[in-house]
Order: sequence, then C-alpha cells, then structure tokens
Amino acid sequence: MNLRNLFRRNTFEHGVHPAEHKELTCGLPIRRLPFAPQLIVPLSQHAGAPSVPLVQAGQEVVRGEPIARADGFMSVPMHAPATGKVEAIQLMPSARGPKTPCILLHVYAGSSQDVLYGTSRDIDNMTPDEIIQAVQDSGMVGLGGAAFPTHVKMKPPAEHNVDTLVVNGCECEPYLTCDHRLMLEHADRLLAGIRIVMRALGVQRCMIGVEDNKLDALAAIAAQLPDNGPVSVHAVQTKYPQGAEKMLIESLLGRRVPSGAFPSAVGVSVFNVSTLTQIGELLPLGRGVIERVVTVSGTGVQQPGNYLVPVGTPVRFLLQHAGATPRTQELILGGPMMGMSVASLDVPVTKAVSGMVLMEEADADLRERAVQPCIRCAWCVEACPMHLNPSTLGLLASKREYARMADEFHLNDCFECGCCSYVCPANIPLVQYFRIAKAINREQAA
Amino acid sequence: MTDTRLKIELRTSPHLKQAVTVEQIMRNVVYALLPVCAFAVYAFGISVLALLMVTTLTCILCESLFCRLAGQPDTVNDWSITITGLLLALTLPPGFPLWMAAVAAVVAVGLGKALFGGLGSNVMNPALVGRAFVQAAFPVAITTWTPAFMDERFTQFIPSTLTLPFMQPPDISDWLAQSQLDGFTGATPLALQKFEQITTPAIDLLTGMTAGSAGETAAVLILAGGLYLAARRMLDWRIPTGVLLGAALTSLPFWLMDAQLYPSPLFVLLSGGLMLGAVFMASDMVASPVTPLGVWIYSLFIGALTVVIRLFGGLTEGVMYAILLGNALSPLIATISQPRVFGGARRGTKS
Repeated sequence: MNLRNLFRRNTFEHGVHPAEHKELTCGLPIRRLPFAPQLIVPLSQHAGAPSVPLVQAGQEVVRGEPIARADGFMSVPMHAPATGKVEAIQLMPSARGPKTPCILLHVYAGSSQDVLYGTSRDIDNMTPDEIIQAVQDSGMVGLGGAAFPTHVKMKPPAEHNVDTLVVNGCECEPYLTCDHRLMLEHADRLLAGIRIVMRALGVQRCMIGVEDNKLDALAAIAAQLPDNGPVSVHAVQTKYPQGAEKMLIESLLGRRVPSGAFPSAVGVSVFNVSTLTQIGELLPLGRGVIERVVTVSGTGVQQPGNYLVPVGTPVRFLLQHAGATPRTQELILGGPMMGMSVASLDVPVTKAVSGMVLMEEADADLRERAVQPCIRCAWCVEACPMHLNPSTLGLLASKREYARMADEFHLNDCFECGCCSYVCPANIPLVQYFRIAKAINREQAA
Repeated sequence: MTDTRLKIELRTSPHLKQAVTVEQIMRNVVYALLPVCAFAVYAFGISVLALLMVTTLTCILCESLFCRLAGQPDTVNDWSITITGLLLALTLPPGFPLWMAAVAAVVAVGLGKALFGGLGSNVMNPALVGRAFVQAAFPVAITTWTPAFMDERFTQFIPSTLTLPFMQPPDISDWLAQSQLDGFTGATPLALQKFEQITTPAIDLLTGMTAGSAGETAAVLILAGGLYLAARRMLDWRIPTGVLLGAALTSLPFWLMDAQLYPSPLFVLLSGGLMLGAVFMASDMVASPVTPLGVWIYSLFIGALTVVIRLFGGLTEGVMYAILLGNALSPLIATISQPRVFGGARRGTKS
C-alpha cells in the first residue's frame, strides 16, 4: 500500500447524509414470503426490448420454466415464478404508470413449488461467450434497481479494456437492507458469482465496496477471502449516493468516468451484490431469476423485514403480510431517494424492486410545504454528486429553456439521485423539473 | 385486508426531505444579528433602539403592503424582511433622523426587493440599496457621527434622531460640546486615519469602543454571529473569508510602501463596516453567485474594491458600494464560473 492510498478517503465529492433507518430491518434474516394466489409477470421488467411470451392463456407452467423469450440481444427471457396456470396475457398497471402487457399466473395452492427446471453446468469448462449466453438465458438484470440486462454489461465495447470488476455493496438508499442481508447470509454465493463474472469479463481484479455502516457484512465477506487473492473488500464512506456506479468507481479506484460515458471507458465494470449473488446461485444450476430479496420497511409498516419474494407478487399481497399503519400515506417501490411511489396495489414486484417503503404522514408533512422562490443558497450545488448547477438548471426549467439546460448545463449527466431536491430549503422539486425537461428534450429529438 | 382503505398519495422522488427551510435559515440570521443589535443599543442608547424599531417595522409594513398590491401571498413570515430591517439600521449612524431611516426602509423594500419580484429575485442586497439611497439623498445626516458610551444615552435621544419629517436635522456640535466630550471630533476611525493619519488601536475596534454606524463597531460580536451561522451551514464561510482576505491582500502592499500614509491590513479589516459587510451583507445568499469558484471571485473582488475606494476614493468608507457592485456582477461571475461536470473535459475543450 503506497502513501497516497493511505491518506485517500474512500469516498466521492458532494452528496448528502439522509437518516439511514436501516436498524429497522438490518438485523432481520431473509424470510420467504408465501405465494400470492395470483402473480403478475410484466413482459418488460428490464431496460431494452420486452420479452416475447412463449405461453398461452390456459396453459399450465412449472416453477422455473421459461414463459417468455428474449427479443434480441438487449432483452432477457422470463421464467415462471410459481407452478400454476396462465390465466391471461393482458395489460396491467405498472409502477411507472402506463399499463404494460403482463402474464397473469394463477398459482396452484397445492403444489410443492419445487423448481424442477434447469440443468446443472460446469462453469469452469465454459468459455466467456457461453457464460454470457447462460447469463442471458437466466433472465438476469441489474437487481440493484437499474434493471439493465446483465449479459450486455458483460460484453463491453471492444475498444475498452476492462481490468477491474467493481462489486456494489453500498446500498446507500435509506431503509433498504436486502443487499446487507445477502452479504451476511450468502457471502459464498456472492463470491461464486464474482468468480463467474470475472471469468466472463477476463479480469484479474475485483474490488467489493461496502459502506462503513455495515462492517459486519464486510467482515462476513472478508472471512471467506484468501489473503492476497484477486478479490478484495473495501469500506467506503456512508454517504448518499455512494452506490451510484460513477461515485463508487471514484471512491474505490480514484478514476472518473467521463461525462456521458459508461464505466467500461475507464476499464471498470460494476455489478450489484444482489445480481452477483443470484448469478452465483443460479448459473451452476442452469435456472432463471424467479424471486428476489425485497426489504419492506418505513415508518408506516407494521412488520418490517427482508423477504424473499417471487417475481410478480402484487404489492397488495406484500402489504397484507407486512401490514400498514392507518396513517400510511405513501407507498414507494425501491428506496425513498430514487424509488417510485405507486398508485395501484395491483402493481407487481419486478426484478428491479429492491424494497417497498411505506411512509406515514409525519414524513410527508415536510414535503407539503409550499414551493418558495430559489434563494440561491447553493446547497444543491454543494450536494450534486455530478457537479452540476441544479439552482441554475431549476431557474432555466421554470423558464422552459429545456434545450439550453442540456446544451450548456449538462442536464443529461443528471441521474436523478435526488440530492438537490433533498437539501432545497425552498422545497423546489428540482429533480422532477429535470425529469420533465429530459422527457421534453427526448420528445423533440425524436 | 384493511389495506385497500389506505389513502395513498402519489409523489415524485426523492421521498425524503432535509428539514431545513428558508424560514429557518432567515430566522437564524436574525438570531445571529441580535447580539450585534443589543450591543449597538448598549453603546449608543435609545436612539439606536428607536432606529432599529423604525427600520424593521417600516420594512415589515412595506413588504406586507407591496405583497398585497402585487396580489401575492404575504411573505413577511419568511423573516427575510426582518433581516433587511435590522441590517439597514445597523448601517446607519446612531443619530440618524428617524424619518430619514423610514425613507431608507421604504426604498430598501420597494426599490431593492419588491420591484424585482420579492425574495429570491432581487439583484442587490435590499438593505444596502436603501442605505445607498439615503447616502445620496442626505449626505450630511449620514456622515454625522456621535461617540459611543455617552453618559446619558439611555435617558436622552441624540437631538438629530427626533427631527420632524422633511426637516433638516439640527446641528449637534453644541449638544456634543455640552456632553463634556470636547475631545470628540465627530470622526470615525476611518476618517481619522484617512485625513489625519491617526490609527485607532485594534483592541478598541474589536470591542466597539469607537464611533461609527450603529452596528459596525463590534467586530467580535459580528464574527461570533458569522461563526454561528457558518457552523450551521447557513452562511457560506467562503464569502466573509474571501472579502476579508481580498481587503487584507489589497491593502498590504500600500502599507508596506508607506506605513505612515496607508492603514495596516489589520486596521482595514477591523475598521468601518467591512466586518459587518463581509459577514452579513456580502454573504446575502440571493445576491451572491451560487458557483463555488464564483463565490471566491465575488468575495475577493468586494474586499479589494472596498480598499480601493477607501484609499483612493472621496469617501472614507467603500464597503457598501463594493458589495452593491459585487451583487450586480454576480450573475456575470456565475456565467464564467460554472462548475465542471463530473468527468467533464477541462475548461476550454468542448466535449
């Protein structure tokens, strides 16, 4: 270790420190949620082309069986999350709002729900391309929330020389603890997943970044690592959004991903802990993604916990099991900083949903305040991890100069982490302004 | 199965909010100003108390009136206008006629704030706009100083304070002579230094034992208020630092050239309104740039310009005009000092 590393703080510039509230669930082991009587499996749970259904209404499916195939390279297949009968393929509400095509599955209550599908593989004898194909066949997407097809990230552009796999175990969103529990309980699977992905990427080094508020998880991983091996685990500062991939790369490696580029441009590939844990578990068995760990937490939840939830479980069912207090006002899928509040209880848990957070009125009160004029306190400038100027962007947005926002003020570098809105004393919904501006710019470009 | 009865609301992320509001920021600035006000009253007596009350009340009434005229919600509750009122009084001479102070307050709110569209839209610090107006309109009254710690300051108004509206204030030199203060020449430390090369000791300047505007004499209390706000992140520490640094660095070469003629940097920092201006006025969030680099340019500029005006201008004091000019330039400064985006190319190279 040279002197520079000794003094370098493992963190990035700017960011915010919201109250974490992880104590509600971080001590609760992962428990399996029962099967809901009906599962709703959206065909578009990932970035890219929606899957193409392989089943018809009335057909019986076995848990783990493929029910939809990938539509091209930028797409993934779907697997039946339970044994049952396909009721229909129809439009259902999604968390984003518009209705999307979904496979409705009636779950057989009497079934043992064994996964009989899949053939075990010997990963060590597979070529990188075969591994990448196997990852696509498993329907794997970024389980940290981005839902980007994982196999696509395993094939970086040829001109980029990827030398390091970065594992994202930050879980910087308040309340969420699913990655924390996975690292504690399934560090072996995580390391198996890391080995598979390192093989596919052909990299010799892997760095695991864990926020220093969960050192027990870090210790659990470190206990299984040999000294001086290619894999190392590092504590990074607890600060939001440490888990944003560009931030984490800077914290761990001191490399800055150029504006508008992907991590592979600086020789890095970033994978989330949940994703790698599932790869480590599923790939050797030749199975697909049919469930994931979801943290159910927040001030409005009666029985917080980390649940292993079948993909397609309606929010309504999750809510019945966890229980909501009568004062619950808001239901968020994902974390409270970047998650989406949902309008319908028929919205299903998809592969990218890492948490369900219920908020009571007390939390909502703060945001009920009227929007005041910007007093140019510059707190947002100090908070923005991308070094943008949200204050000026906000003023431009109110004048509807959307094109200028993108051309002169780097609007498209904003990844909507929410730090600016979080700190704004005038309660200006900056992130929402930026989302609208981006949408309008996209529309005009099309 | 009670869940379906929940009243779920839809909001956009982030769903968490830091609990600091505009009102809280402004209220804390008022808290930080209160010790300065208290000392001003203690040093100069009931005249300053009346001055503080007149400017603050006039400001609040005007704000309320202008909001109503504009058909906008009343914004008195956000406390920002209270700051304007207090700051205005603190920049005026202790014996300033109350009716003139009221004029200054009306101008501060009307011309300095409401005309631009209220809080957040004003280009310059409203209190200084008001003061600049009365400086031009009543040049004698605003340079008539009275000594601090006069014996009867708590029982007697300074004669000029109670001047009838639209009347010229009486000459107070007779009254000063009566108050057995023969040594007092009616000059502030700045004027003494500039015209007679008499340097007031730094300890007197620090503790407010001198003549001057009502609130500018107690450098220690001003600094304490600034530290409190900076610790709570409600004041950008770079602005006072930059202003003071700019002033010290600009005055240093002159002092080294001719220590007889030019004041020492320490004297420059502690005398006049520089401390009050640096801590409470240049740091006005609305009228200062938002970019980190811009803040440094802005504050160093104000500090340097203050010294240039003091040394080479006709006036003894230059803080007010330096800040007003800095305010006016801050949009320009912001445009040339936009932060470099994360992973962005260096300045000058277009990505």
